[in-house]
Amino acid sequence: MYDKLFPPKKFVLPNGKVVLQKRSRVPFITLIVIIAAVISYRFTEFSFQVLFTRINEFFKIIGDMIPPNWDYFPQLWKALLDTLKMSLIGSFIGAILALPFAVLSSSNIIKSKTVVSVFKIILSLIRTMPTLVSALIATFIFGLGPMAGTVAIMLFTLSYVGKLLYEAIENVDMGAFEAMESIGMTRIQSFRYAVIPQVLPGYLSQSLFCFEGNVRYAAILGYVGAGGVGLLINEGLGWRDYPSVGMIILALVVTVFIIERVSEHFRKKLI
Amino acid sequence: MTTVEKQLKAAPRRYGYILTITAITLFLLYWSSSAIDFSKVDEKGIAIAEGIIKGLLQPDLSLFNLTKQSVPYLLVETLAIAFLGTIVGAILSIPFAFLAASNIVPKPVAWLTRLLLIIIRTIPALVYGLMFIRVTGPGPFAGVLTVGITSIGMLSKLYVDAIEELDTKVLESMTSIGCSTFEKIRYGIVPQLLSIFMSVTIYRFDMNMRDAATLGLVGAGGIGAPLMFAMRSYRWNQVGSILIGLVILILIIELFSNWLRAKLVKG
Repeated sequence: MYDKLFPPKKFVLPNGKVVLQKRSRVPFITLIVIIAAVISYRFTEFSFQVLFTRINEFFKIIGDMIPPNWDYFPQLWKALLDTLKMSLIGSFIGAILALPFAVLSSSNIIKSKTVVSVFKIILSLIRTMPTLVSALIATFIFGLGPMAGTVAIMLFTLSYVGKLLYEAIENVDMGAFEAMESIGMTRIQSFRYAVIPQVLPGYLSQSLFCFEGNVRYAAILGYVGAGGVGLLINEGLGWRDYPSVGMIILALVVTVFIIERVSEHFRKKLI
Repeated sequence: MTTVEKQLKAAPRRYGYILTITAITLFLLYWSSSAIDFSKVDEKGIAIAEGIIKGLLQPDLSLFNLTKQSVPYLLVETLAIAFLGTIVGAILSIPFAFLAASNIVPKPVAWLTRLLLIIIRTIPALVYGLMFIRVTGPGPFAGVLTVGITSIGMLSKLYVDAIEELDTKVLESMTSIGCSTFEKIRYGIVPQLLSIFMSVTIYRFDMNMRDAATLGLVGAGGIGAPLMFAMRSYRWNQVGSILIGLVILILIIELFSNWLRAKLVKG
C-alpha cells in the first residue's frame, strides 16, 4: 500500500537495466510516533514548565536519602528477609508448577490441539496480569502478609518460566525422541531421556533469572500489604523520613547485587 | 569394557560439590517455606475469591462508555503514560548508553555509569512513583516520569550491548574512502544501531504497559487507582470489567509489539 502511494525511485544503470529503490518508511513512522506522542502529551497533562521548576524537589529527596539512616537497619532486617523468603519459595513453586503446564502446552508432545491451546491461553492470561495486581487480589484472599506476595510471585514465575519452557520443548530436536519410541520405549520414557536433557539447563537458568527479577518485584509487593519491605518504603515516604528510605534502598541494592552475582555464576555454569 | 562405558566412567565426579549445593538449596527452601501460611484463609477469603470469579464472568458493562471514568478512557490514559514514558526513557537512555560503552569512553567512566545504571535499575518503580508525586502532584504526569526513569535502567543496558558490538570495520573502510565524521555517523553507525534500538524500545514499551497499569495504585494516573478503589469497596463487577479491559489491552500490545519486532528483525 505504502509503495503505491509513494512510487519507488527508478534508477537506470549504464547497461540499461532499471532498478527500483523502495522509498524509506522512516518519515512515515516518525510522523506516526510524533502524532502519538502529542496525543499522549495531552492525555497525561505533561508539562515542561512543571518539570523544570519542580524537578529539583526530586533531587532534594535523593539528597535527603544520603547519608542513609544506619540505625534503621535493625527494623529493616525482618522485612528484608521476608522479601527474600517470598521470592525464593514463590519462584521455586512457580518453576515446579511450570513443568506440567509447559509440557501440556507443547504441540510436539501433546497431540490434542484443544489441550495445547487451552494451556497456552491460560499461561498468557496469567502473564498479562501485572504482579502487583495479582498481589492485591491475593491479599484479599490469603490475608495480609508474605503469603499473598508468595502467591503473586508464584503466578508470575509460572507464566514466565512456563512460556520459555514450552518454547524450548517445541524447538528440541525430535529425532532422539522418535528413535527412542521406535526401539520400544514408552512416550514418558522417551520424554525423560530425549527431551529433558535438552531443555533442563535452559529451564534451570531461566528459573534462576526469574528469581533474580522476583527479588526486585517482591520488594514493592508490600505496598499493597503483601509483606516485605514495600510497606516500610511506603511508610518512610509518607512520613518524609527520607534517610530511612535511603537505608532501605541501599539494603535492597546490595541484596539484589549479591543475588545477581551468585545467580549469574550458576547460570554461566549451566550453559 | 566398551569405549562408551570407558568414557562414561572417565567423566569427572563431583559428588561433594553437588551435595553441598543441594544441601544449601534444600536448607534455603526449608527456611523460606515459612512464608507459606494458609492460616489466614477463612470463609471471608473464599467468599472474596468467589466474588472475583463472579465479577469476571459478569463484568459491569456500564463502565464501557466514553466518560472520563470509563474503562476505555482509563486504558487510553494508561497507554499514553506507557508510550510517552517509553519515549522519555529512550531519549534519556542514549547518552547513558554511550557513556557506559567501554569502546567509546575510558574504562573508569564506563564503569561508574554502569554502577549508576545498576542503582537506577534496582530502585522499584513504585518508589520513583511515590517520589515523583511529591514533585508533580498526583496524576498521569508523575506516571510518565516514573515510567521514563525506570525504562532507563533496562534500555541503556541493552543499548550498551548493541554499541559494544558495533562493527568498526565499516567505519575504517569509510575513513579510507574519505568520509567525514558526520557521514561516518550517519551511514556507518546509525544503520547498525537503529533497528536494534527500536526493537529494544518496543519491547520495553510492552513491559511499561504493565508498569503503567500498576502505578495507578500509588496515584500516578492510569487504571490502577480505580481498580484498587473497586476492590476496597468490594464492587466485584467493576473489578471484573477493569481486569478484562486491562488483560485485553496488554494482550493486544504484546501481539502488536511481537509483530513489529519480527518485522524489524526481518528488515
